[in-house]
Order: sequence, then structure tokens, then C-alpha cells
Amino acid sequence: MSKRGFLNSLSVGKHLFGKPKTTCYPFTPKEPALRYRGFHLNDWDTCTGCGNCAEICPNDAIEMIEIAELESVPGMKNERPRLDYGRCCFCGLCVDICPPGSLRLSRDYFHTHFDTDTFVFTPRDDKADQEKFVPDESYSVLKASLSHRKRNYEGFSSDLDYALFEPERVPMPEIPPTERKLSFVEQVIGYSKEEAVHEAARCLGCGLCEDACPAHMKISDYILAVYNDEPEESLRKIYEDNPIPAICGRLCMKHCEDACALRLRGEPVAIRWLKRFVSDSIRDYKTVLEQAPGQPTGKKVGVVGAGPGGLSVAYFLRLMGHEVVVFDELEGGGGMIRVGPPRYRLPLASIDKDVDYIASLGVDFRFNTRVGKDVSFEGLRQEFDAVYLGVGLTKSRSTGVDNSEKCGLALDFLRKNKTDRPTAVTKEIVVIGGGNVAMDVAREALRLQQIQHPGEKTVTRMVSLEDWDEMPATSEEIEETREEGIEFNPAWGPKKVLLDDGGNVKGLLCMKVKSVFDDEGRFAPTFREDEEMVLEGTMIIEAIGQGPDFSFVPEGEFEKMEFTAMRKVSVDEDGMTSLPGVFAGGDIVNINLDAVTAIADAKIASEGIHRWMQSK
Amino acid sequence: MRELELYFGPQHLGMVGNFSITLKVEGDRILEATANPGYLHRGFEKLMEGRSWIKNFPMVCRINLVDPDHMEMIYAMGVEKLAGIEVPERAQFVRSIYLELARVSSHLFGLWAYANMLGFDTVSNWAMYHRDLVLDLFEELTGGRVYHIYVWPGGVRRDFPEGFTDRMVSTLHSIGGCVPDYDTTFFNNKLFSERARGVGVVSREEALAMGGVGQVIRATGMKYDVRKVDPYAAYDRVPWEVHTRDDGDAYSRICVVRDEMIESVHMIFNLIDAMPEGDVYNRVPNPLKWKIPAGEAYVRCESSRGELGLYLVSDGGEKPHRVHFRTPSYAHGLAILEKTLVGANIADVGNIMMSMYVVAPEIDR
Repeated sequence: MSKRGFLNSLSVGKHLFGKPKTTCYPFTPKEPALRYRGFHLNDWDTCTGCGNCAEICPNDAIEMIEIAELESVPGMKNERPRLDYGRCCFCGLCVDICPPGSLRLSRDYFHTHFDTDTFVFTPRDDKADQEKFVPDESYSVLKASLSHRKRNYEGFSSDLDYALFEPERVPMPEIPPTERKLSFVEQVIGYSKEEAVHEAARCLGCGLCEDACPAHMKISDYILAVYNDEPEESLRKIYEDNPIPAICGRLCMKHCEDACALRLRGEPVAIRWLKRFVSDSIRDYKTVLEQAPGQPTGKKVGVVGAGPGGLSVAYFLRLMGHEVVVFDELEGGGGMIRVGPPRYRLPLASIDKDVDYIASLGVDFRFNTRVGKDVSFEGLRQEFDAVYLGVGLTKSRSTGVDNSEKCGLALDFLRKNKTDRPTAVTKEIVVIGGGNVAMDVAREALRLQQIQHPGEKTVTRMVSLEDWDEMPATSEEIEETREEGIEFNPAWGPKKVLLDDGGNVKGLLCMKVKSVFDDEGRFAPTFREDEEMVLEGTMIIEAIGQGPDFSFVPEGEFEKMEFTAMRKVSVDEDGMTSLPGVFAGGDIVNINLDAVTAIADAKIASEGIHRWMQSK
Repeated sequence: MRELELYFGPQHLGMVGNFSITLKVEGDRILEATANPGYLHRGFEKLMEGRSWIKNFPMVCRINLVDPDHMEMIYAMGVEKLAGIEVPERAQFVRSIYLELARVSSHLFGLWAYANMLGFDTVSNWAMYHRDLVLDLFEELTGGRVYHIYVWPGGVRRDFPEGFTDRMVSTLHSIGGCVPDYDTTFFNNKLFSERARGVGVVSREEALAMGGVGQVIRATGMKYDVRKVDPYAAYDRVPWEVHTRDDGDAYSRICVVRDEMIESVHMIFNLIDAMPEGDVYNRVPNPLKWKIPAGEAYVRCESSRGELGLYLVSDGGEKPHRVHFRTPSYAHGLAILEKTLVGANIADVGNIMMSMYVVAPEIDR
């Protein structure tokens, strides 16, 4: 650059004749960029109230407030974020952590008001709040404020590729379908320590799952302990609410995962598998938990059934210092859990691990003892200060179609395979039903076929009234069943069991289902009589549901027992039936029909039993 | 002649930013200068010890408002080094382009302040206008105009939007088209060069002894630039030059700034051509419970004012144990400025200070 005279600089005077560059805002409008980080928008329909936005806000500008008009349901709290625009720095971390992606930033950025309270603001979007969001034609920048905003003016919004949470879970190592169907080896291998810590790291700790869990387990806490590589602490947290982690870690119906905030745009945290990891990684519960029965109270409780409910009630009451005796007709603990779930899902060793710990606390288990046969129900009521019924649903239902007496029943089939010699199966089997038990039966039958007829062509068919989308079994179970090559026939109903000349089963005549439920959602299947098909099979197993067996209750007493409209045993808030001192829980009481709800019932009943015995 | 104590700032037209210099003058000549920082002390380094790794990310940029992007970058680099996070190749290019845009924007802002200080209002208005065009690009890329909150550990926060590259190129071309105007009106204008030549001379030895970096050291003929000596992001993937001048005065420093701006624009074009496809973000662990293994890291980058360093210590927890920034203005604004002002005219205080591009918030972090 050579030194030149200053006169040259006057040449830029040419710009005097150009178009002015200055934008005369607001008269010349200037649109913010599409990614502009302005005021918040929140879609109240998808917001779960998880509060992760408030958790990550670097300025504590977000507070979760309860919205009276919203209802809290599992997986969705009635809380919504409230912003303090005196603190917000518009960084958008709240947007990137929002699991459902409901919280976004808009391109509005004007708010002028003499009242500072208006800067504290609960964002909603134009869907929910039409009044505050005006269409382009009525929008005026001179009126712009938090209550006068443009419609469809979304700016910086969530993008799953850049989200701060991990939408995909650590895959659970499993034995492949072709291999696992050849034996009863446990299908799920389980997480290694690294995998478990990695999976636990995904949990945002919002606690939506805890509200959804019937037993209200401290899920965030025990997952945090796994993340911190403290499985012992995790086990202690689990045992505060659930004394059968090895069982629940394998076959819990995981209401928690259905409520997980991450499920909305990804996979929920594998809460169940993490619980399994904790129980599996600790060899001896006793040294970790260091629990002891409470001070002896001199009270005695009899528990009928050593299923999840019975085990839990025994555990909680024993910790309170009561003497507990558990009766069960089987040779070990677990109740229907011991009989129903096949070994590839729940090995007996896992059940025994949980049961043995409870027994080690001093609970007296009397196995191979059937109440109503070996001991009388009335005798129990006299001997014990309180009795808990956790008997579950032990009787398989039958379709009742012609020749149905020739069919096998699901629970008999499963029980025999577990407790006796395995059933001899034929090469063609038809399983009737679309629930989880039906899937268990079909998959167990398939394995027996592979073992008993190695190298031969075998067929396992399923037929269910429900179509794919209505099938009561979990999608996970249906998927695994299909992977193993079991044939599905959804939306077909059994009409008649076909017999050959020798009176042996040769197939099932089915008719097409028109609808399964009536307009009010009640079970009332209707069929197309003209559309029929025959499913060939030399063995048919009915797995269409189970019912309770109250034959152990003397008739006079049974009449005094009250039932609900759903044919469930009616209990009060303490879990007590209409028979004084007789408490009940589990499948005979609740409609969830799963282990964790039985534990929840047991928790309530154990408190109730404790209060009842103290008051006597 | 009588000695007089003169307060230059913080309430002074010639003072840009919350900073002050106490001058001891005799007539028009400065006998002694004492820099008084602290007007903007917010305790960032301490604040950061109380916040989780991710919560610090929107905050670091606020340490320096004229060039916030290098603050984000250095923090991301520090965390990545401590936690061992890999950054995707494309993200490195995006970061380099973004940082060069930041350099242009920051230099234009500095030019505004400098020209304004010397009474060249036309040039300062141009600089401000052109900076605004760059801010429009930032707004489109990041959603923010001043605090972009864009470079985070693991990469960058979003990829380029559709058509962004074309708009960036066209904006930079239009700014580049005005360089001749800047030259005739300012850099080649005798009114300016006479004013800046020989003023505030810092020798290379002095600059090195007092921690001078950036344009202060490059104006003494030393080719020192962290982007070359310790390359980060994608600076070693494309050809570019380090620009120097030899006189060590205010004029040399501002000319280095001019050349650097032009070099940055060229570099952006080269980076765009060489930029690979792919991801721009490697997901970091769940930030709500992110723990970084215990250890310490020192990282450095070339901010628009020179070498910027970060010393970061983790004790294995969810928050930094200690954070310390080495900022260029600390050396320039305190030691070098105090030394250089001695013997200068009062009228040249702003001239010298802004030719070193002292940014007060950087001193008071």
C-alpha cells in the first residue's frame, strides 16, 4: 500500500447516490432466520411434564408448575414448564434435551410491558392457545408481545440427530431364534457391566417411570447407582419396594418403560434389564442387604400362595417382625411364575435365588402343602392372626367348542413340563389364544417338538380371535414368537375340533372374526359364518385365559366373600376382603394380572395386615 | 510543567468498553499509565466450577462478546481433550468456517471501534454494516446473532442449513468488493496513515517478553499463529498464509487485521471446497449425569486477538474443578498498553489501545 493523498478518499462519495443500506425497522420488516432462538413454544399435547428442560437450564429460568386442568396419567405428568424471561438466555439447551420434542423456540422476540410479572410465562403453542397467536394478516409488529405472536412461527426446534439424550438403547445380547428354539436355554444373555453402565447413562432421571410403576419403585435411584458402578446400592434401593428382582428383572410387564420419556422418539431405557443386571451381578443378597427381621411382635400371618404377591407380603411383614408362614402346593416358590413362564424366559434358579433370600429372613415356607387339602382354610384363620390370599389364577379356561375336551389346557401343559416329565408333543400343534400365555405355550411346544422330533418337519400354529393390532400379548413377545417360525392366524375363531375316525384330533375348524369387541369395548366376538378354514394339527392346546380357583374356601365362607363387577375379589384400601382378617392381592384382585402389580398389592396389604393385627 | 492525573475511562468517549486507564501526564505527554480493569468482573472462572459441563457451554461465550465463538471453541476443545471425545471430520470444517466468519465479524467490529476512535465515521459505519451482514449469516446458521452457542463438545450443534454455503459466499463476496473503498478511505488515506504510523511502537522483544500475541506480535514481523504452529479444527487441511508487518506500530497492527480478514475470506472459500460430507456431531454422554475422568488439559486456539488458552481440570465429577483462561487482552491491555502509552500523546491513547484490540471483558473473566 503506497501512501496516497487524502483526496482519493473523497471518491467514495459515489455511495451518496446509491440505495440506502439502513433498514428502517419496523417499517421495513426483517424476518428472523428459520433457526431463530426466540420465545418458547410448547406443545401441551406431547409434553410429558418430565422436567428435563428445568433440569438442564443453566440459569434456573424454567420451573415446572402444576396445571390444574390437566390430568396426570402414567407417562405424562400434569406439570408444564414455566419460563422466567428475566433469566432465560435463549441458549436452547431445553429444546435439545426435550425427549418428546414438544418444547421449541419461536421466531418471536418482542415483549414490552410495564408489569414485570408478564415476563414469567408458561409457553404453549398456537394449537392450544389460538388467542395469543394471530394470523399474518392481523399481526402487527407494533403490538408484538408474549400475548400477540405470529402463528406458525417456529424457530429453533428439536432435531433427534443433535438431541442431548441417546434415543437408542444398548442392544440386549440374545441367542438367535434359530439356535434358541432348539433348547430351553435362557434367551436373553444379560448386559455386561459396561453395557449396563452405558444403558444406565441414558436415563435422564425424570421419574415418570416411578409414577407408572404399580409398586412405585425408586427407579431413577437404582439406575443412577448402576451408572455409578454401585450395584450393591442399586440392590438396596430395589429391595425397598420389590423383594423379587431376579424374577421381575426377567418378566416384569414393565409399565415403567411404557412411561419412559425417551420412548416417544426412541427406545425407553431398558429398566427391566438393568434390574436383572443388578440381581445377577450380586451373588449373595444377604451380605449386601444386611437386613434383619424386626423386633418379634408375637403375631402370626399365614400366606396362601408363594407367588410374587405371597413372597412380597411375607418379606414386608417379616421385616416388621411378624412371624410368617407361606403355604404353596408346588415344590418351590414362585407360584404361577414357577409354572407359567418357560425356562428360556425365567430359569428356576432365578426364582429360587429370590425365594431363598426371603426364606433366609426367617419366613417359614411350607411347600407341597395345598390349602383346602393338606391344611384347611378355616384352620389357617384360627391359627394365624391374619391370612393373606395370593393364590393367583390357576385354572385354564376352555373354549367350550365341540370336542374341546380333546384339547390340552395351557396351564396343565406348562405345569407338567416344569414339574413332571415334559409332555409328548406331536409334529403338528395348534395353539388357540393370542395372549402372553399362548405365546409361551406355542414357543414351549416348538422347543419340545425340536427336542422330541429332531431333524423332522414340525409345524406350530397359533390362532387368535384378535387381529395383529388387538392381540393382547406384548409386541416384544409376538415378535420373538414370529422370529422362531411359529405360524400366526390372527382374526380366526375356533368353531369345532375335528376328529378322525379313531377319535383323535386332526384339526381345528375356524371361522373368520368380524369383530372381537362391541361398541362399548367389551369382549363380544362376532364371526362371519360363511368364511371357514381348517388348521391341521394333531394336538391342540387352549390358551385363552385363566380363572381363579376358590375351591379351598369353604362354601359358607365363600358366600360371604364379595366380588367386584369384573369378578375380582373386592378388597378395602388396606387390602382386606369382606372376611375379617383375610387379606388378598394379585391376580385375583387386580386387572393388570402381572407380578409387579401383585407386589404393589402386597405392599398395601402388608401395611394393612400390620395395622389390623396391632389394633386387635 | 505541572504533572496531572487524568482519568481515561470508564466514562470517556474514547474508551470502548468497561475499562479505564489512569494517566499521569505532563502537558500532552503521558508519563505513566495504569490500567484499571475490574469494571466487568463477573467471576466466570469461579462460576464455571459450580455448573455442570454442559451448563457451562452457553456461558463461556459471554466472556468475550465481540468474539464469543472462539470462547465456545476453546471450551469444547478442552472438554473434548479431557473426555477423549472424537469430533467428526465435517464438524472440523464447519468449525473452521464458523471461526473464520467469527474472525471477520470480530475484526470488522474492531475496525468500527478503531475508525470511530480516530474520527473516521464513514469507515466505522461501513464496518458496522458489514459486520451486520455476517451476523445475518450467524443468525441463519445458529439462531443467534451475537451469542451463537453453536460449537459444543462433540462437534457443532446443527449442520449448515439448505443453501447456506451459497448465501455465505455471496455475502463474503459483497463485503470483499468493498475492500478497495476501505483502502482508499482508510488504510491508504494519508489522514489515517500519518496518524497511525510510528505510534505505539512495540518491539518484538518487548512483545514477546510481555506475552504479546496476535496482531501485536505479527506486526513485528513474527509469523506466529496458533492455527499454524498447533493446528486445530481443519486449519491444516487447506492452504493459507500468516500475514505480518514489520514496523510494530499501530498502523502495522491494523494492516495485519485488514490482511487477515481478506485471508479469512479466502480460507472460507477453500474450506467450503474441501469440506467432506458426513455427521457434524458425535453425541456426548447424557449431559445430566456426565462425568469426565479426572485430569487436566491445556488447549489453545487463535482468537481474533491472538492466542487464547484454556486450562481445565476435572476431578472426575460432573463439574469442572478449575477453569482458567489465558486471554490475549490480558497481556495487551495491561502490561503492553501501560508500557507503550508512556511517552505518547493523550490523543493517541485510544489509537494505541484499539490498535491492540483490547477487549475489557476478556481481562475481567
